[in-house]
Amino acid sequence: MSVLFPFHGGLKTVRHKIESNQGSILAGPLPRQLTVPLRQHIGAIAKPLVQAGDRVLKGQMIGQADGYISAAVHAPSSGMVTAVESRPVPHPSGLPDACVIIDTDGEERWIERQAVDYRRLHSSEVRGALRNAGVVGLGGAVFPSAVKLNPGGHDKPLDTLILNGAECEPWITCDDRLMRERAAGIVAGLHVMVHLLEPREVLIGIEDDKPDAAAAMTAACAGTGYQVRVVPTRYPSGSVKQLVHLLTGKEIPFDGLPADIGVQCFNVATAHAVHRAIDFGEPVLSRVVTVTGQVAQPGNVEVLLGTPFAALVELCGGYRDGVERLIMGGPMMGFALHDDGVPVTKATNCILAAGAEALPPEQPPMPCIRCGACVEVCPANLLPQQLYWHARAKEFDKAQDYHLFSCIECGCCSTVCPSHIPLVQFYRYAKNEIWAQEKEKQKAELARQRHQARLERLEREQKEREAKLRQKTPPRPVPAAKALEVDQLPIEAAVARARPERGAAPVDEPQPSVAVTADGAERDG
Amino acid sequence: MRFKTATSPHILRETGVGQVMRRVLYAMAPGIAALAWFFGWGVLVNLTLATVVALVAETLMLAARGKPLALHLGDCSAVVTAWLLAAALPSLAPWWLTALGVAFAIVVAKHLYGGLGYNPFNPAMVGYVVLLISFPREMSTWPIPHGVGQAHVLGLPETLEIVFGGAGRLVADGLTGATPLDVLRTQLGLGLTVTEIRNSPVFGIVSGSGWEWAALGFLAGGLWLVYIRAADWRIPAGMLGGLAAIATVFYLVDPQRYAPPWFHVWSGAAIFGAFFIATDPVTASTTPRGRLIYGAGIGVLVYVIRAFGGYPDGVAFAVLLMNIAAPTIDLYTQPRVFGARGR
Repeated sequence: MSVLFPFHGGLKTVRHKIESNQGSILAGPLPRQLTVPLRQHIGAIAKPLVQAGDRVLKGQMIGQADGYISAAVHAPSSGMVTAVESRPVPHPSGLPDACVIIDTDGEERWIERQAVDYRRLHSSEVRGALRNAGVVGLGGAVFPSAVKLNPGGHDKPLDTLILNGAECEPWITCDDRLMRERAAGIVAGLHVMVHLLEPREVLIGIEDDKPDAAAAMTAACAGTGYQVRVVPTRYPSGSVKQLVHLLTGKEIPFDGLPADIGVQCFNVATAHAVHRAIDFGEPVLSRVVTVTGQVAQPGNVEVLLGTPFAALVELCGGYRDGVERLIMGGPMMGFALHDDGVPVTKATNCILAAGAEALPPEQPPMPCIRCGACVEVCPANLLPQQLYWHARAKEFDKAQDYHLFSCIECGCCSTVCPSHIPLVQFYRYAKNEIWAQEKEKQKAELARQRHQARLERLEREQKEREAKLRQKTPPRPVPAAKALEVDQLPIEAAVARARPERGAAPVDEPQPSVAVTADGAERDG
Repeated sequence: MRFKTATSPHILRETGVGQVMRRVLYAMAPGIAALAWFFGWGVLVNLTLATVVALVAETLMLAARGKPLALHLGDCSAVVTAWLLAAALPSLAPWWLTALGVAFAIVVAKHLYGGLGYNPFNPAMVGYVVLLISFPREMSTWPIPHGVGQAHVLGLPETLEIVFGGAGRLVADGLTGATPLDVLRTQLGLGLTVTEIRNSPVFGIVSGSGWEWAALGFLAGGLWLVYIRAADWRIPAGMLGGLAAIATVFYLVDPQRYAPPWFHVWSGAAIFGAFFIATDPVTASTTPRGRLIYGAGIGVLVYVIRAFGGYPDGVAFAVLLMNIAAPTIDLYTQPRVFGARGR
């Protein structure tokens, strides 16, 4: 057995995996209408390439990656674009975002697909292909994979490539099923990643509550040198920082990236998406989603992006009684949705229709008794009770002294708090307040800079005018009069301002005085 | 279909403050049973009286502060304060002594300092110290433990008569005697050696007879608290370790003038204090390293007070002194954050 490096804290949570991991991955429905958000990734929103009335083919790019950190978006099925407009999307804010609405024609007509011979092409071309295929982290973070697959971006050589199959959140089993059923595809995608990054070792981390998945992956990795590491079931071992520590003993700096310590980490589903994109030329059009909780037939479904949650729940037999919250993601870090009309996106790994089984009765918060239960479970090794104290008192600088931004919002502290204080909510609040303050500061700084630049411009223009004036009247060497004239300018300006309607202010040079007038007015305002 | 929303995490453990507090009460049971066996009905009378006074004081203060009564009475924190103080009081203390101490602890030391979670000082120990300073005679009048000397066992009616009627009869009947730590202290002052003093019948196998069994009871309950993680092991480990360490140093210097470390650890309120008083999370340090230091500080202070101070035992003062230091200890013992460079 290989050595593991346990991280501090963490929790043994309820599992609830058995509900959804028994059956194989089902094919999703083909809804009449797909709502495809143009922002399904971290970074700049994709630029729409279609408009209402356009016919699209399955796999056709409908949104183009805009900038380096961005990803393309594709039509998940063939049909007609009926609108490009703001629609509700699954986001904690509940705010709508730009979406392409496609009325499907049921024909599933594909674009021409072409495999990418990644061993022949230059690595930048391979990454470009991944970017154009819309490959992003499918573990939930949806960071554009092409960016992480660029070894040139970091001065440190890559020691370890980690594939994350931990799936530590309760209830979620989509990666479990994917590893069991499509291990070969995952390993094929891994080959592409290894080709691009050239790591010294490849480790695949899987929690020990998924023995079948671990066995399937071990079999698929035979002869490749990739090593499957079974890790103890302990939330949040699937968090990148914790998994990297667990497998390598290295800590990702709290203000840095995995690449800073020679590590890169991808989700197993991302590797599978890479495989489909490179070996088959298929962009990311669907993903495996766990539908579980209070639904009649929980399970995993391969769903077209843009499919409304409601259609997916219907496929799984509809809701059972007692659904109290609809959660996207797991119960520890997922967020509750207002409405099941929102579409599945690349970030949707699980839909949990949470009933009493998943949600213990809410209890009123009590004062913090400083018991330190939160300290014991914090995987970031923070002092949650101090963060809470300062966040509550709005002492945001103190909260930052206690490393507020190292908090990964895993929820362990809130879960164990005997006083039932919504700790994570306080940290989110503090972070948002600090970001808002930063923005204010930046705005003020920008305004100051603009004001400064304007003053300088005015001065420069004035000097230029003086120079011009001097050039125009070279034979009149009367410096005293000249000085007088300049001094008079503000006076004339004031006169002009006071009586603008007369329009006959006795000004020698109307242009500069108008400029000064406008400035004066602006400054007064 | 529309749903209610809430922020993550969506799962919470069902343990509550009330459960934490009730576990402390359960853990005190063996120690209290031993105390009751050796010191009679008075222990239980004290406990009952203290509980009633604490609940009345808590109810009045909660009402005055406009807090929901059921929620906060249900957290049992007032009962814990009452029991901690009652267990530390002489078993035949007059009723008004217990009532005054508990009322002061709840009204002043707990609620006027901000209530549950905000009080900087351990309320039970504030109550104890107020009584110790104001009524030193009543506070040092302990009955002789069962099995020592000729003391006859008081029945419940007699006990009630003494507690509510007056302590005159108690002293007249020769039912009281000096505690082991008292004996040690006064006789060391008279120039006797530790070996000579320990021949007195008030001493048992390790420390005071009777007392040592109560300490065993509290140790058992305390270890259970640590085992179920209701108390952090670092605080009792730090306190008993600190006490033992400094006692060992002096014992090695002069074993005839300084009692052995095992005597100190097992005497007075050391075990009780280590597992039940110092572990009060509200007033203790909260960082892992800080808790060791906090505990060790109490242990050292207990020894200093016992060996060189004006009182035979010093747990209450030591705890209050370290309560003051807790925020500073916390500030300087922050754990290294995951991913922090250097340090």
